[in-house]
Amino acid sequence: MPIKPPLNGHTNQQTIWVGLALLALLPLSLLLALSWGSSGWLWPWLATETQSGLIWELRWPRAIAAWITGALLAVAGCLMQVLLRNPLADPYVLGLSGGASVFALLGISVAGTFGIQTLPIPVLAFLGALLTTIIVFVLARGKGPWSTTRVLLTGVVIAAGWGAVISLILALGPDASLRGMLFWMMGDLSYASLSAWWLAPVFLGLALVWFRARSLNVMSQGQLQASLLGEATRARFWEVYVLASLLTGLAVSIAGAIGFVGLIVPHLMRLLIGADHRVLLPAAAFFGGGFLVVADTIARTLLAPRQLPVGVLTALIGVPLFLVLLNRAIRIRG
Amino acid sequence: MHTAPFLEVQQATIEIGEVCVARDLNWAIQGHEFWGVLGQNGVGKTTLLKTLAGLHPLTQGRVKLHGQDMPEIPRRTIATSLGMLTQETRYAFDATCEQTVLVGRHPHLKPWMKEQASDYELAHRALDWLGLADLKHRSCMNLSGGESRRLALATLLVQDPQVMLLDEPTNHLDPANQVSVLNVVGQHIRTQGKAGVMALHEINLATCYCTHCLMLFGDGDWLAGPTDQLLNTDNLSRLYGCAMRLVDDGEHQVFAVAG
Repeated sequence: MPIKPPLNGHTNQQTIWVGLALLALLPLSLLLALSWGSSGWLWPWLATETQSGLIWELRWPRAIAAWITGALLAVAGCLMQVLLRNPLADPYVLGLSGGASVFALLGISVAGTFGIQTLPIPVLAFLGALLTTIIVFVLARGKGPWSTTRVLLTGVVIAAGWGAVISLILALGPDASLRGMLFWMMGDLSYASLSAWWLAPVFLGLALVWFRARSLNVMSQGQLQASLLGEATRARFWEVYVLASLLTGLAVSIAGAIGFVGLIVPHLMRLLIGADHRVLLPAAAFFGGGFLVVADTIARTLLAPRQLPVGVLTALIGVPLFLVLLNRAIRIRG
Repeated sequence: MHTAPFLEVQQATIEIGEVCVARDLNWAIQGHEFWGVLGQNGVGKTTLLKTLAGLHPLTQGRVKLHGQDMPEIPRRTIATSLGMLTQETRYAFDATCEQTVLVGRHPHLKPWMKEQASDYELAHRALDWLGLADLKHRSCMNLSGGESRRLALATLLVQDPQVMLLDEPTNHLDPANQVSVLNVVGQHIRTQGKAGVMALHEINLATCYCTHCLMLFGDGDWLAGPTDQLLNTDNLSRLYGCAMRLVDDGEHQVFAVAG
């Protein structure tokens, strides 16, 4: 057995405890989502047949959608932060949410204006994210080595461009659709529902990303250092970029532009278990998923029957949680 | 038996922007050799090292690593036998010093493998050589300039390549640490038959540690040879564009700017 080292000043034991807690968070958060709702608390196994229908046909697929969205955003956040070597990066920094929003809002406003009910908003959102990915890729590619600055600037400027288009749509769009648009932009799981089978490809994808985890450790030391340590960097960087974009695009098309999860979860996990991506990636996925399930459950229950956009809740819970942990970390280290 | 040199540069012309770093450079680097690359600021010492690492395209000629053309070798294979200490190291995320140096094992491990006990041993030894043993659990973001420099060198030693390229390894180091760091590198080269190429500005460290020197004059001209033959006041005065003289107190000889 190799001597197990402490990770990032955190003892191995702490990593194990955090790992166990994260594993437990998956069933516990799902149980919370199933049991708690506008009608109060009800254990799923005590439900009558009608209640059972509500639980398994409404709450369950929504909770699965929330878990998957959270996990995707958290992993995409980790990848973006390494890719741009910037702790401030989140999955949306390169304009993906902007592109998705523009397409989704256009869809909503067209649907509102012409009374078309069946426009597939998630598909439109995904196309918007994909389009943005391609635009940034083509414009930022250039010659020579991968340039973080060029990619970041291109992405940020495109995000600003999308932002202007969004304002335009909001200003000109039909009043009746406005509320739906705002909810979509804040991130909303009201219409999201996914079968539990979707967990299989998500876990598979996560396992594949995990094989790149040590490469990510190397890449976070910068482009030159990474190629000196044997990463064929240009290809590898674009690979990570496309991967992060796809994950984000998927998340956005499921639930709109939920903020904060992709920024805060990777940092929280780094504070708890360190920066080694072999541990960080799975931890972020599990925490991001569980966190969003809990946030969404609160969002639909707190002011029931009114539903809050979950994006508001993620920020309201996430900000104090993050600040407390950051403060503790500083005190311990200082 | 004849074996190919560790690193061989053949009829190479190296340019960066408007600057011609070297024209028609023929240069072979063998095991047990410690080369110093000297030249004024901006003559392209870093570019030369990057060229040796296969990260800067040649205008002409070729670079061979163990007899094989550099562009034909996968980066990961290159990284197992050639490593480079870059001029600056900036860390973006918190990691312990131990974790940071372990990254040096990356090219030696398959994607699904994790570091073994021997990798940890090597990491601890490298931290120890460079006087960083006590900082094992310290974050790489909380280091002084000199500590961070030694950490980067420790990472290179953990990577354990046969050819070590060092871009101004003594940056940020006080005189005592300059000497101890170069002692570590020099010892690796002597006892393990590695090869070193180091860009530096301190001529007197070059005379102490380097077996050979390469001078870059900034116009594509170059001179290469054993240190004791190459380093004299004429060559150095031409190299730095100012008069240099040899100061001898009977015990040591050091080069100094005259005037």
